[in-house]
Parts: sequence; structure tokens; C-alpha cells
Amino acid sequence: MPKVTYIETSGKEHLVDLPLGATLMEGAVQNDVKGIVAECGGSCMCATCHVYVDDAFLDRLPDMEEEENEMLDGASAERRANSRLGCQVRISNQLDGLIVRIPDKQ
Amino acid sequence: MKPRIVIVGAGHGGIQAAASLREEGFEGDITLLSEDPALPYQKPPLSKGYLQGKQTDEAILFRSANWYTTNQIDLQLGVSATHLDPATHQLTTSAGDTLTYTHLILATGAANRRLPLPGADEVLYLRTLADAQQIGDRLAQAERVAIIGGGFIGLELAAVAVEKGKAVTVIEYQPRLMQRVLPPVISDVFGRTHLQHGVQLRLGVGLQAIQKQGHSHTLTLTDGQSLTADLVVAGIGVIAETGLAASAGLVCEDGIRINEYGQTSVPDIYAIGDCAAHDNPYAGKCLRLESVQNAVDQAKTVVSHLLGNPRPYRAVPWFWTNQYHLKLQMAGISAGFDTYVIRGDEAADKFSVYYFKAGKLLAVDSLNRPADHLNARKLLEAGVTPTEAQITDLIFNLNGVL
Ligand SMILES: Cc1cc2nc3c(=O)[nH]c(=O)nc-3n(C[C@H](O)[C@H](O)[C@H](O)COP(=O)(O)OP(=O)(O)OC[C@H]3O[C@@H](n4cnc5c(N)ncnc54)[C@H](O)[C@@H]3O)c2cc1C
Ligand code: FES
Repeated sequence: MPKVTYIETSGKEHLVDLPLGATLMEGAVQNDVKGIVAECGGSCMCATCHVYVDDAFLDRLPDMEEEENEMLDGASAERRANSRLGCQVRISNQLDGLIVRIPDKQ
Repeated sequence: MKPRIVIVGAGHGGIQAAASLREEGFEGDITLLSEDPALPYQKPPLSKGYLQGKQTDEAILFRSANWYTTNQIDLQLGVSATHLDPATHQLTTSAGDTLTYTHLILATGAANRRLPLPGADEVLYLRTLADAQQIGDRLAQAERVAIIGGGFIGLELAAVAVEKGKAVTVIEYQPRLMQRVLPPVISDVFGRTHLQHGVQLRLGVGLQAIQKQGHSHTLTLTDGQSLTADLVVAGIGVIAETGLAASAGLVCEDGIRINEYGQTSVPDIYAIGDCAAHDNPYAGKCLRLESVQNAVDQAKTVVSHLLGNPRPYRAVPWFWTNQYHLKLQMAGISAGFDTYVIRGDEAADKFSVYYFKAGKLLAVDSLNRPADHLNARKLLEAGVTPTEAQITDLIFNLNGVL
């Protein structure tokens, strides 16, 4: 299973194994990573699963759909070039070793 | 003695209450009772991604089984609260235990309204994971599906069923779909889209009788017409789960009456979510809301109050539905609007409707315009009303008026 490291705003790190096909949001919620709210449960409706992904992996991530792009504009924390909605990024073998940072607010 | 908070119901409200209590540093005992035997899961996907087969059982869980242990939440699955005695702070459970609480949170949700017709006992309803699994199994076998009720759940089901190649008929008593919450400018788009996908809409007619014949059902409508279906599912609204509260003498109207901090008429008992009737500042009246937002935000309100940091419930109501390519996000409560302004492209099913009452922004419905929706929540929260020119100018960033 691919490994992902989540880093909370406090600096606390969680190294977790994610099953293929799980989303970054599910991985965070199921492993008690703080700071992911995911109110809509992964429907791309709430923008409270905002994450910053490690730049080195940017070109390996699945493409962003227009709706995710628009939702990110309305996210609470600052949008950066490496912003994604955690519920829209599914884990593949290519993402093994990914580092994900949690923003300061959702 | 260590304080003990008992939460009844492990849906969106109950889970959020338990999570917030621990996040905010509550160190007492937490007992979470769940009548449902399944590890707690989210309900919205049941009529959407889960039934489509796009979301697995795992994916709709609130938390892993582990989470309850690490956070010392005593989750009791398949156990319901059967009797409440506010005077002694005691709650009896179906497991035969008597729990003594310092505070109690009722998050019992709502139950489906059932068709009051003879012959309707084989009609299915959707509320729980078990319901969704049963409907999914039956849907796989069925060819003709009748859905009673053109509200959110009925229409989401209709979309899933027709996309699986079934012949689908929706029977709705009102002349329009989702009439209670959506004006024609939005509901007509949904009506048209369902028709384009081949759903038959029978609007303005009721169900008069239902008869089983072999493996199928014959439905007689109030206009005298009839149709046959192998599977009948009804989504005709819900009734608040108030039984436990009412029999303990808590004030209940349509729902358990709470104040702006979530307290019931007995101050150490709180109620949240679908079961709770509250004065909503955005509606300007007492009502119940059936939404994830309301359950989650009321849970947070109650936890703040419990932990000595009271903040009245003022959250902006929001809701969503997904049918085909249509993603509708609603912010605020549009009932009672007098005018509206449209932003975006109606022909492309990509627009938002800004509703006003006496010149003040009341609510915004966004169809495939997610950024508008998130902005709208901020505008409503701040009580800011943009001008018509600002709304219709697509170059203008509505965040700018905040
Ligand atoms: C199919 C479906 C689709 C939906 N789609 C959306 C959507 O897209 N967006 C949205 O915002 N909302 C949606 N909703 C509504 C949303 O799911 C509810 O508003 C939300 O679940 C309310 O949370 P709650 O905690 O108040 O109640 P619930 O989530 O209903 O949880 C209440 C729980 O209490 C338990 N319970 C009841 N009585 C007892 C007892 N005496 N003892 C122990 N346990 C008890 C029940 O088993 C139940 O699990 C949908 C609902 C359904 C059914
Ligand atoms: S969980 Fe709501 S947008 Fe990702």
C-alpha cells in the first residue's frame, strides 16, 4: 500500500498506509489527522478537505476538474499552487511517499 | 465523579458532538449509543455515490473503528435508548443497562414518513445503510421502478436508477419537483433534465392505491391512470424522532424544542440535528432543518456551551443535491423572497440565483457554480447584500464586497 505522510499545522506527522483508490481526505479522516473537516463526505461540495501537496508530486497527481478548481477559490485558507481538495485525489502507486500538509483553517 | 456525557444517535450530529468534545479537550466519559448496528456512516451518499456503486462501504464511514477506541468513545452499536428519566439523570438502554449522565445529547434524527395505504407494505424507503443495500439489490433485478415523491431523495434515486437503464416513473403530488424548497427557475432545470434522461414525471397527481400482482405492483393514481412497477420506493418526507424526549416530558412541537444553545426544556439535556426544532435566524421562525450542515453546526454549538464557551447558533444553512451533471448547492433559506437576480449562464445549466426580500440578500442557489456557493455563505454570514450590477458582472469577484 502506498505511504502518505500528513503534517498537521502543529507540526505533528502521521505516516499512514493508504489502500489504492482511497482519497487523501479519507486517509486523513480514518487515521485521525486533525484539521480535515470533510463536511460533505467527499462530494466536492464543501471545500473543507483542503490540503497542500508536496511540490515534487504535483505532476503525478490526477488532473483537477473544473469544479474542484472553482471550489478551491472559495476555500477558507489561502489557495496555493499546490492546493487540492483531499476528496478529489485518489491514491495510486505513483503517489507512494507523498507528503500532505494541512492548512490552518477549513 | 468524572463527568459523563451520553449521546443518543451516531449520525452526523452525534459523531460531530463526540469528535468536538475530544477536540476541545473534554476528559470525562463519552458514551455514544447507536440503534443502527453498522459502524457509523454518512447518509448523503446513500442516494448518490453509494447506490451508483462509486463509493464503497468503507468510503462512507465517518471514522475507522480505531478512532472510537483511541478517543475513548464508548460506542455501543445496535443499542437504543429506551427510557429517559430527567429527574434522576438516568437513561435505560435496549441492552438492559441504566446509564447515569451529567449531560445528555439527543441526536436521534428522523424516521421516514410511510405511505398510509393498504397494500403499501412492500414499498421501500431509504434512510439507513441497510435500506440502501436492499434498494441496491432490488434495483439490480428490477426493470420498472416507481418512485413516490419528487423531493431530493426521490429524484436522486430516480437519476441513479435511470442511469442504470431502468424505466423510471416519479409520482409527485405537487405540480413541480422539490416545490417546498426550490422556485421554478431551478426546479424546472431538474424537471427538464429528468425528462431528457427518460424519466417519466407524473406531477400534480397522488397515489391512490397499490396492489401486488405476482412480482410486480400496480399503482393507481388519483387521475385514474395506473402503472406497473417491479420496485416501488417512496421518499415522502420524514418525521422527527422525538419519542424518547416526549415520553420524558421534554417540550416537543414538530421536533424537540431547543434554545439557541441547543438546550431542551430540561437544561442539562441537549438536542441537535434533524430531531431539533429551533428558532433559525435565517428563516425567521422556528423549524427543523434536515441537513448535514445543521446537524454538524448544532453539535459544535452544544459542545461549546457544555464546555463553558457559549456561542449561540447562527450558522448559515446550506445543503446540496447531485442529479446527473447537475450539482446544486443552496445557501440560506429562500422561502419568502420577493425578487431574484441571476448570475451566470442559464442555457449551460451553470448559474446562481440570488434571492432578495425587501432589498436584502436572503439566499443563493448555485447550479454548477461552486465558487458562487462558497462566496454566498460568506456574504450571508456577514449580512452583506451585493448590488444587482455586481451580481450580474461575471468578472466581478463577489468576495470583493465583503
Ligand atoms: C438518503 C439521504 C440523502 C441525504 N442527502 C443529503 C445531502 O445531500 N445533503 C445534506 O445536507 N443532507 C442530506 N441528507 C440529510 C442528512 O443526512 C441528515 O440531515 C443528517 O443525517 C442529520 O443528522 P442527525 O445526526 O440529526 O441524524 P441522523 O444522521 O439521522 O442520525 C440519527 C441516528 O440516531 C439513531 N437513533 C434514533 N433513535 C435512537 C435511540 N432511541 N437510541 C439510539 N439511537 C437512536 C438512528 O439510528 C440514527 O442513526 C440525506 C439523508 C438521507 C437519508
Ligand atoms: S469533503 Fe467536501 S469538498 Fe472534499
